[in-house]
Amino acid sequence: MDIPRYWRLKNQRYRLQGKKCLDCGNLSFPPRLVCRKCKSRNCEPYEFKGMGTLYSYTTIFQAPDRFDQMAPYMVGLIDLEEGVRITAQLTDVLPDDVQIGMKLEMVIRQIYEDGPKGPILYGYKFRPVLKF
Amino acid sequence: MREVAIVGLGQTPVREHWESNLRDLAVTALRDAMEDAGVDTVDGVCVGNMLSGALSEQEHLGSLIVDYAGLDGVEGMKIEAACGSGAAAIRMAVKAVSSGLMDAVGVVGVEKLTEYSGKYSTAALATAADADYETTMGLSFVGINALLMRRYLYEYKLQKEDFSIFPVNAHKNAVHNPNAMFRHAITNEQYAKSKLIADPINLLDSSPIADGAAAVIVVAKENISRYKGKAVDILACEVGTDTLAIDNREDPLWLRGVERSAKKAYYVSGLSPKDINIFEAHDAFSIITALSLEASGFTEKGNAIKFAERANIGINGTFPMNTSGGLKGRGHPVGATGVYQVVEAAQQLRGTVASPIQVENNKIAMAQNIGGSGATVITTILKQI
Amino acid sequence: MSSVMKPARKVGIVGYGSYIPAYRLPATEISDLWRDGQDKLFLPVKQKSVPGKDEDTATMSIEAAKNAINRAQVDPKKIRAVWVGSESHPYAVKPTGTIVSQVLGIVPDTVSADMEFACKAGTEAMQAAFAFVGSHMADYALAIGMDTAQGRPGDALEYTAAAGGAAYIIGPAEESVAILEGSYSYITDTPDFFRRAYQHYPEHGNRFTGDPAYFKHITSAVKNLFEGLNLTADDFKYAVFHQPNTKFPQKVAKMLGFNKDQIRYGLLAPHVGNTYAGASVLGLTDILDNADAGDRVLIASFGSGAGSDAFSFVVTDKLKESVGRAPLTQQYVDRAIKINYGKYARWRKKILK
Repeated sequence: MDIPRYWRLKNQRYRLQGKKCLDCGNLSFPPRLVCRKCKSRNCEPYEFKGMGTLYSYTTIFQAPDRFDQMAPYMVGLIDLEEGVRITAQLTDVLPDDVQIGMKLEMVIRQIYEDGPKGPILYGYKFRPVLKF
Repeated sequence: MREVAIVGLGQTPVREHWESNLRDLAVTALRDAMEDAGVDTVDGVCVGNMLSGALSEQEHLGSLIVDYAGLDGVEGMKIEAACGSGAAAIRMAVKAVSSGLMDAVGVVGVEKLTEYSGKYSTAALATAADADYETTMGLSFVGINALLMRRYLYEYKLQKEDFSIFPVNAHKNAVHNPNAMFRHAITNEQYAKSKLIADPINLLDSSPIADGAAAVIVVAKENISRYKGKAVDILACEVGTDTLAIDNREDPLWLRGVERSAKKAYYVSGLSPKDINIFEAHDAFSIITALSLEASGFTEKGNAIKFAERANIGINGTFPMNTSGGLKGRGHPVGATGVYQVVEAAQQLRGTVASPIQVENNKIAMAQNIGGSGATVITTILKQI
Repeated sequence: MSSVMKPARKVGIVGYGSYIPAYRLPATEISDLWRDGQDKLFLPVKQKSVPGKDEDTATMSIEAAKNAINRAQVDPKKIRAVWVGSESHPYAVKPTGTIVSQVLGIVPDTVSADMEFACKAGTEAMQAAFAFVGSHMADYALAIGMDTAQGRPGDALEYTAAAGGAAYIIGPAEESVAILEGSYSYITDTPDFFRRAYQHYPEHGNRFTGDPAYFKHITSAVKNLFEGLNLTADDFKYAVFHQPNTKFPQKVAKMLGFNKDQIRYGLLAPHVGNTYAGASVLGLTDILDNADAGDRVLIASFGSGAGSDAFSFVVTDKLKESVGRAPLTQQYVDRAIKINYGKYARWRKKILK
């Protein structure tokens, strides 16, 4: 049970909170203490909107232990609108309907259950944009 | 700075070593290398290993192995850089000897991956990736490579079957390597029908989980006459790094860690890709072989498969690759792999491998060991003396 | 008879949002598996919604509440209460509300609690929110009714036990898309359906769940509401009732004097099943998606154990502009990926690896 990590990362996992460099404007996710571009430490939290397009994807058939109950499942690399790429599971979509370049939006889902007694980890996943 | 050379080689077969523990594997390889070099002690031991803590509940490997190898009181430490741990340990030995701090350093890469179930090992191997943002999102290590391969197929409009050239070559060579795990050939048809692990990566794209240990003795070149073993020159052993997470890379299909490491190695050795006679690539997955060929400067971006087809990567081709089977055929005991690669390249230069896989007229061999999905890369260039 | 319940200040629904998972299990799958199709002409619903293997009441509440906030255009920091009504909270102890509040940026200056009253936990949360805002303790409160209901394999309830629900931002009448006229709650100790602690599936009293439970409580609550507000069924444009199946809500509507036209929206059970605490509140979102200013709307829930909350709303001219800011409930209904019983059994942990 990695409860402190669960708690510590909640703004990242629930709200896609990264960092914005106040000196050069560069955005980062995950948050970094040092700006990758200008090496400034003058950065503030920045929330990404959670809209993006699919850069690449895979279906995981042989999953690490704690994801075994969920397998098979899909993971993608998503290019966020703000210009940052992130790794996340894809959900509510069948493998045959997934295409590189498709529009995706963030939703909050169960990532895994830490066994029947442990905490349930929630966080971002991406699904095809719901049109309305 | 002193020039350095290898004067001793040792390796255990790569297998599921149910009967051996970490220390026995390591001591066997290390003592074999010492015997080969004709020494009964060394100034220091660098242990390359990734997962002893996670899979054998054993850290503190340096002193453990030094003790069991009968090297009482000798300095020993573990070096960890995921699947690049083995060559990273060689790099540390090279630094120690070339700086003049030590005269002879034993390097042993050792890994025991079969102690636990596959799912547990899968989880342990994934610790090479970003724990907070890749692994806890459900990505497996195979998955990371699958994301790269999918994008590669998409960008360069290739068919998955095009990748069979690498594993088919690796298996063909492994037949003649007595230490290899898979001593059987595979066909393009078998590759096409192989079971998916993480789409589009299938079983025959993936190097197998295995146990094993390999060792080299690194000494100052000026002293090679003191040793029994036939010396091989280490022209370069250079490290390049990149972000741990592939999503943080501007172009995930360009392994900057590979580029940085290879460029440094070419610079230090005064060589260029054209001078390399054989290449031991880190074919943990077929896609990594392709990306490594490109970022190392052997061919341009997106052209690795065409290059491999044209150059002919077989033993009698113009660019023999993974001559002892590579990770795919020999097996991938992760923290030992980088040392196996160097041992095999050195054997090639000594001319001591089985005749069907002995490359003629080879003077320069390059081995590239990749940690994670390219976050730590060690490129070693060896020369016949 | 007691008088109808009205808050000290006028309050209403400032924003609403719904959520239904994408997956559907046709009732014929259950019928084929457990009864060789013996009852295929008498199925209580056509299909039911099934949550994805990564969904639960917390994740579904989050999406519905996001939709409600988008419609209300309220700063989440101003929401001072988060109440989640459900009988399928992901934790036995640890509030669903804190997860929802953290994700939506409502934390930390808020109260939160999980409510449970079988299928009326959602309207229970709404009652509390009306009182909270109506007493001036807060300007906005978030009330959610959401469930991922489970039926015992082969049991009659398995055909209908479904997943979905709705979220409401309750606030001052001036900002509301529908203003509360009054409410009436009616409860007795009636054990028609229950689940003991540590049990995975509920027990129910078969036909006993009808007259003494569902019909008695809903008609009592609604009749008292009518009397207190001096209204009859004819005064309402639309009505929605708890819908454990297709038949019950239509029958109770008829008993109370409503015609088919008045219940043409919100009767979603045939397509998504019984979403328990989400059922009546989900139905109300479908009505709001389609209502016009001035329309009077009735909602009456039913929760086993047993009780009913009945509310009367009048739609304002603010509704129309807010509808398009989030997906319509019908769009969630139409987003239907059919699955077979095997997938359903695995996802709902009826078989374990």
